[in-house]
Amino acid sequence: MPNILVLIRLSTHDTVDAHATALLAGAARLGTPIAVLVTDGPLGDGTIAALGRAGAAEVRHYISPEVDSALLTPMVDALATAAADTAPVAVLTENTIDGREVAGRLAVRLDAGMIVDVVDLRAAEGRAVATTSVLGGSYTVESAVEGGPLIATVRQGSLEGPVTVTEPEVRSEALPVSAVPSAAVEGVSETPVASNRPELRTAARVVSGGRGLQSRERFALVEQLADALGAAVGASRAAVDAGYVPQSAQVGQTGVTVSPQLYVALGISGAIQHRTGMQTAKTIVAINKDPDAPIFDIADFGVVGDVFTVVPQLIEKIEADRR
Amino acid sequence: MKIIVLIKQVPDTYGDRRLDQATGRIDRGGDLVVDEITERAMEVALKEKDARKAEVVLLTMGPASSVDVLRKGLALGADRAVHILDEDLAGSDMLRTSAVLAAALRREGFDLVIAGNESTDGRGGALAAMIAERLGLPHATSLNTVAIGADNVAGERAGEQGTRAIHAELPAIVSVTERNPEARFPSFKGSMRAKKKPLDTVALAELGVAEPASRTTVLTATRRPARAAGRKIADDGTAAAELAEFLTSSRLI
Ligand SMILES: Cc1cc2nc3c(=O)[nH]c(=O)nc-3n(C[C@H](O)[C@H](O)[C@H](O)COP(=O)(O)OP(=O)(O)OC[C@H]3O[C@@H](n4cnc5c(N)ncnc54)[C@H](O)[C@@H]3O)c2cc1C
Repeated sequence: MPNILVLIRLSTHDTVDAHATALLAGAARLGTPIAVLVTDGPLGDGTIAALGRAGAAEVRHYISPEVDSALLTPMVDALATAAADTAPVAVLTENTIDGREVAGRLAVRLDAGMIVDVVDLRAAEGRAVATTSVLGGSYTVESAVEGGPLIATVRQGSLEGPVTVTEPEVRSEALPVSAVPSAAVEGVSETPVASNRPELRTAARVVSGGRGLQSRERFALVEQLADALGAAVGASRAAVDAGYVPQSAQVGQTGVTVSPQLYVALGISGAIQHRTGMQTAKTIVAINKDPDAPIFDIADFGVVGDVFTVVPQLIEKIEADRR
Repeated sequence: MKIIVLIKQVPDTYGDRRLDQATGRIDRGGDLVVDEITERAMEVALKEKDARKAEVVLLTMGPASSVDVLRKGLALGADRAVHILDEDLAGSDMLRTSAVLAAALRREGFDLVIAGNESTDGRGGALAAMIAERLGLPHATSLNTVAIGADNVAGERAGEQGTRAIHAELPAIVSVTERNPEARFPSFKGSMRAKKKPLDTVALAELGVAEPASRTTVLTATRRPARAAGRKIADDGTAAAELAEFLTSSRLI
């Protein structure tokens, strides 16, 4: 079976999170999953066991004192080293800001084709075929690469599948200091506030608010409905620009793309660039006081009304039904 | 300080954007505009020019129509523009695009390159880093804020796991996020002056980049059926109850 490299980013507590697990499951569809990790110290037995449970047949571990201080270069170096050794047919990273740039730089080094934001992967006639969802989910495209391995970044929450639990063989080695200059990372200046809400990108339910919420204080209404539904909180760009919510909540063309079971849009007009990020949701609900708001064109259930009247009543209903 | 801004013409996100289903390429027949994020990149450069002495050069690779975005940028205050125009570049993937842009940048010479973090059409989000890799330079990318010094550039890098303060020695490649200010408006005087500014066209042969060829191929492209509107009710005091009923019957609560 061909080798597939998977770049694993350990979560804050050195655990193998759902995104890493999904990448390994995607790799298992194409060949033998090899986990590639870069850390500044040894790997714990717990981490190795978790990688095995997620289906990593082999672990290539690289130790670099620069992993947190030299922007991305140690990860590019590690993948390039592992690739030289394993001749993979595909290399997978997460479709995050870091993941895309690592993949891009690796593609340059390996002179290989790259496909970003992949939502599905399969093997066909000995090569990897990647599915992407482009122009805001308006098109589904299948592509492949020629003349080398596929370098793919995988959309979070899109892959799953059976894996073979293993006791992976681990190889640890020190990564030489890179010859390539890097930007220096001085430190983490702001981390997302820990919350009990589901993660926006992969949430089954999302409640988003727009400019219609009027202020940061009143935006709390969106959070209240989200909590009543067990949903993640999203927002339009106008709400982000107005400072009601952090940018990480932005859904749309230049924000996060979501595809939940339920998407609730509150006080959002439904500009095309917002729809781009949510129109593949299974069920869309919209509350807006303008009967002509374009969001109603794609809503399965639309309420023409004031969010400050309808939403508190809805929360009350949901909570009463639960009792 | 010589700053090169990478600027791009894209189909208007407000329009009906289509894909050519035979090639998988973006149909450029509709309305075309400057990609908003590259306007913000240009604004960062022009602010630097306002504050200190800087030469701002615009660089684009694209079909003949792309000259419009260069003209617009010159009207806003850029000094010069370079258009890489060649029929052989149609449908270039990121690998090839990064090679061509890197070659043009090397030929031009610079202290700082500023790009947008992600285009609205291709959405690759990796081009600036790929160019840096080709040129053997540091990339300070996805910056929410940009501070340009005499010999370095610093800023706050966006990220799913939180933001990070980063900096790089010049020469370097930077990309900016939409947290950066919007572009200024062109003035009449600026538009008049733009007509006299140099706008060079460069063919692929002049850059000497035959390789790499594009390595990605589209196998199939299918349009998803458009969504239809469902039920819409006006709130007469009972809408919340009806909505709760809908959510219950759809097994969503
Ligand atoms: C290149 C580009 C990229 C973009 N990317 C994104 C993106 O990623 N995400 C995004 O969202 N936008 C994006 N936009 C912006 C987009 O065009 C819209 O400007 C934005 O989505 C509008 O946000 P909004 O619906 O909250 O605000 P508005 O359009 O102002 O709508 C507010 C709505 O609230 C309703 N309302 C007001 N008060 C109430 C009330 N009390 N009760 C009920 N309804 C009420 C109004 O009727 C109105 O429909 C982008 C634009 C460009 C050019």
